[in-house]
Amino acid sequence: MTDRCEETLGVGLLCEGQHDPGVPPAGLRRSPSGVDGLTTEHLIINMGPQHPSTHGVLRLIIEVDGEEIVAVEVSVGYLHRGIEKLAEHRRYDAVGTLMDRGDYVSGMMGELAFALAAEQLMDVEVPRKAHWLRSLASELNRLASHLVWYGTFGLDTGAMGQFLYAMREREALLDILEALSGQRMMFNYIRPGGVVADMPLGLTEQIRTFLSTFDTYLDEYHQLLGGNEIFQMRVKGIGTIDRQMALAFGLTGANLRAAGVDFDVRRARPYAAYPELDFEVPLGTTGDAWDRYIVRMGEMRQSARMIAQLIDGMPEGAFTAKVPRIIRPNAGEAYASVESSRGETGIHLFADGTEHPYRMHYRGPSLFAAQALEEILPGHLIADAVMIVGSTDIMLGELDR
Amino acid sequence: MSVFAISALKVAAALGLMLANGVIMIYMLRKVLGHLHIRLGPMHVGWKGTLQTVMDVLKLLTKEDITPRAVDRWLFRLAPAVVFVPSLMAYAALPFSDTWRVTDLDTGLLYTFTALSLVPIGILMAGWASANKWSLLGGMRAAAQQIAYEVPLLLSVLPIVMLVGSTNLGTIVEAQQGTLLGVVPRWFIMNPLFWPTFLIFVVAALVETNQTPFDLSEGESEIVAGFATEYSAMKFGLLFLSEFSNQFIVSALGVTLFFGGWTLPWLPHSWYAAVPILGPAIFITKTYLGIFIMMWIRGTFPRVRIDQVMQLGWQRLIPVSLVWIVFSGIVIKVWS
Repeated sequence: MTDRCEETLGVGLLCEGQHDPGVPPAGLRRSPSGVDGLTTEHLIINMGPQHPSTHGVLRLIIEVDGEEIVAVEVSVGYLHRGIEKLAEHRRYDAVGTLMDRGDYVSGMMGELAFALAAEQLMDVEVPRKAHWLRSLASELNRLASHLVWYGTFGLDTGAMGQFLYAMREREALLDILEALSGQRMMFNYIRPGGVVADMPLGLTEQIRTFLSTFDTYLDEYHQLLGGNEIFQMRVKGIGTIDRQMALAFGLTGANLRAAGVDFDVRRARPYAAYPELDFEVPLGTTGDAWDRYIVRMGEMRQSARMIAQLIDGMPEGAFTAKVPRIIRPNAGEAYASVESSRGETGIHLFADGTEHPYRMHYRGPSLFAAQALEEILPGHLIADAVMIVGSTDIMLGELDR
Repeated sequence: MSVFAISALKVAAALGLMLANGVIMIYMLRKVLGHLHIRLGPMHVGWKGTLQTVMDVLKLLTKEDITPRAVDRWLFRLAPAVVFVPSLMAYAALPFSDTWRVTDLDTGLLYTFTALSLVPIGILMAGWASANKWSLLGGMRAAAQQIAYEVPLLLSVLPIVMLVGSTNLGTIVEAQQGTLLGVVPRWFIMNPLFWPTFLIFVVAALVETNQTPFDLSEGESEIVAGFATEYSAMKFGLLFLSEFSNQFIVSALGVTLFFGGWTLPWLPHSWYAAVPILGPAIFITKTYLGIFIMMWIRGTFPRVRIDQVMQLGWQRLIPVSLVWIVFSGIVIKVWS
């Protein structure tokens, strides 16, 4: 091991050799191991792709000794739809529909990443109002996405009540997003050049009504789940991803910030209206599942704060730039990323001057989090595995593309 | 009528009660959970969805009964019966009133616990026979936790037995008659000596009946459906039914031991003889209140992890209940 250190993400130094993963999880041993002359057979269990709490179609091949996990292999690809390839045959204004189906719980952020990448290659000045509407849509969507995470994380622990409470707030949010974009989940609202439509009349009031109760509800939710002694017993100290490991695995979003790394794309590489907004980035300390829970709960509070600022200061003007009906960006290469609900969602775009992208690469945060599972799960119990997968908030639609 | 005919009638009555109780409790569970979850629960089949569970039972009866190829056929078929029969047996000693009971056993308390403790054998059988790794884990968890909690369950109620001097459930109820100062019932729950007893009893009872937060043997978010994963149709129905039935029995035991059984202290004794249905009605109402609290817990609490359950059982509840037996023994001796 050398002592070479390199800067990662502009936020810290990652030195080779500092993070020694120990016994690599490379593959399963698939053989019984003897203990004190007694042979105890290890069991290999397929958790998923059909399992109540793998949040989609994640497949974990787990080798267990009793209930304790010895090794894990993460098997992905069950939801592969070829989004990157399909994008090569879509016009630029239609790729957003694919991005919606990538990370389908926070579609706005995916659309925004693509629009930002395409705009780098277009001669276009995005109006200020479009920036603000994009931020508004992103933050509303982030709340909706985090509420799904909150609800399903509770379900993973076996608590049922809070899931439906979270769905009540999400329903109000989806109504707002539907009023804004015409769709509840598959928005295709943010396009290269701006957004599709202005805010409808009365939406400001609708959002204000939502915000007037949201903070109280959020306290209630935190009390209901985080305030429960059993939940704390279950979550504290499991699935620890420390700073070095988080950087080594390229984690972003709440999973990285829970380890205490202060990196948020909204602040590190500002886009849309974020430079003009006042918000904090919640940080954790140890990087265990409890910290990830706390960070996401804090993010929800910040998102609500930002939404209030966005509707108060919404500028006048056009909601989209003048873009040609058929968009033909200049030939070239562009990378743009946004802070989605799960971390840095980036689009690496190659344009060849035609109306279709030549190649689009989709950098989703869940793939990186899923890789980290192979290392953090061994040593925990099966019941913990479910919680840890839930706490990393991976989204299979985006992981498998 | 001959002795056999009477016995047969009593068994039929217990069976009918068990089935009716299953149907009522499933409806109640759906409604209680529904309202706890800001939704309505079943609303469409029958008035306020009352016929929903009836239709579900019909569905279970007519569904295809799938037996996977790899299972151990005999054990697989036997397991639901081994789970079901003990929970039916447990009804025998429950005193619904001073006359309404299947049999007046002097060892009623021990008998009921014995019947309940047979259930995990069936669950372990189901888990093993299913030839499914999730089922196996569920069966193992069930066996581990139920063995760990039978001990504190039985130990916790010993102070009551010491005070009453009998394990006959009817005698225990009769020991709780009358009021203090004309208002406060002389139920054992009102006696500070039995408060730790009651807490241990509640925890152990929740574990024994696989209720949240201790529903590890079929924790659906972890091990799919645990021991019941491979069961379908009425075999699953029996497993399901006995779980509800066990819940009823534990709640009934709690009512008998701590809440005065079939009596209310404010009613004159002659009423129970005049209106024979009064005792059972009070008893069942109290029991369902207990079940409601179990459902309330189920609607809100997360699940405990297996090692935490075992630690709580072996390291906390058993020592505490042993110490409490000694302490309450001394108190009872000094008092009398």
